[in-house]
Amino acid sequence: MKLDLDQDKPIFIQIAEGIEDGILTGAFPEESQIPSITEFSVTYKINPATALKGINLLVDEGIVFKKRGVGMFVADGAVRKLQKKRQDQFYDNYISKLVDEAKRLGITSEEIIAMIERGFVQ
Amino acid sequence: MSRIEVNDVSKAFKNTQALSHVNLQFEEHTIYGLLGRNGAGKSTLLNIINNRLFPDSGTITLDGCSLMENSTALASCFLANENNLYPESMTVKSAFKWSREFYPDFDMDYANELSRLFELPVKKKIKSLSTGYQSIFRDIVALSVNVPFVFLDEPVLGLDAYHRDLFYKILIEKYAEHPFTAVISTHLIEEVANIIEQVIVIKKGEIIRNESLESLLENGYCISGPASQIDSYIRSHDVIGIDTLGGLKSAYITGIPDPDLPDGLEISRMDLQKLFIQLTDTAR
Repeated sequence: MKLDLDQDKPIFIQIAEGIEDGILTGAFPEESQIPSITEFSVTYKINPATALKGINLLVDEGIVFKKRGVGMFVADGAVRKLQKKRQDQFYDNYISKLVDEAKRLGITSEEIIAMIERGFVQ
Repeated sequence: MSRIEVNDVSKAFKNTQALSHVNLQFEEHTIYGLLGRNGAGKSTLLNIINNRLFPDSGTITLDGCSLMENSTALASCFLANENNLYPESMTVKSAFKWSREFYPDFDMDYANELSRLFELPVKKKIKSLSTGYQSIFRDIVALSVNVPFVFLDEPVLGLDAYHRDLFYKILIEKYAEHPFTAVISTHLIEEVANIIEQVIVIKKGEIIRNESLESLLENGYCISGPASQIDSYIRSHDVIGIDTLGGLKSAYITGIPDPDLPDGLEISRMDLQKLFIQLTDTAR
């Protein structure tokens, strides 16, 4: 999870995506405790309500769960769930942008496919 | 839940109308940003709310009771600003003790802990402190008094980057663990943009925006592209400002972005500082 924020997206979404990244990379393993709302707020210097809103997105998706009086934990199966979700978003997040830029630059689909194959080999 | 209401407050100094017909509410457990250019009326407003200045007309109430000359109600408020209420020859340490006399919930241990973190020399006289340390002294008192409404007029004036960072972190930690209402007036908008929940923008003594940061930013965006395209796009939109760079133009628009943008135009999110600069441009 990155420790700085940018202005391109609402902060609560960046917090949610940051925690997702942390789960996907293993920084927050399944069933382990994640930092508290206060810790997230202080570290990112954001309003606690914003941190809560971001985490609640993950709670609603079943990726993180709250244990009353103890804290918040990564759910069992969260990695699989997130991989599925990110795979579903892959076209919108990466391919459509890539095609837009390729069109602006006059790169053909054959050339893109060749580049992708080169990327997998390296 | 407590709330402070500012009802139709006006104030003039000689020929200057400092505040005109200001109406505001401050709810409990919220962080407000009070933003305005130099001389917009921020400090006057804060002084009036805290009974340090009298309005020409209008009222300030806490849960319906007047805050003017009402020491019981005023005990719920603390204003940290440049006018020190302490005798200048007083040391930091004794100022802490006096604060406890006026504010019974003043947390001496916490004030001492914060003084250690900021390396504030508590044995020194207040007047001998640098500008930055005078701000730090006021901030520490403000964070230690434990009252429901804390008003911070330029809390980071003269603080270096390290101390500003420390101040924001301590403010957030305190707020997260023991919620209160903080009203922060500052020129360093970018630094508080992620902390505040409600934004109040004051321009020439009038409140021009008073809403949640979220709705303020969602109802504004920036669009850039070739000047001719921008010119035709903005004809049908509510424009608050335009920047030009050669053949390129950026327009600041209020409203929700159109789902289908003409090709060649790029959209970006409005940020609070950009919005503030556009809104408070007095040339318009």
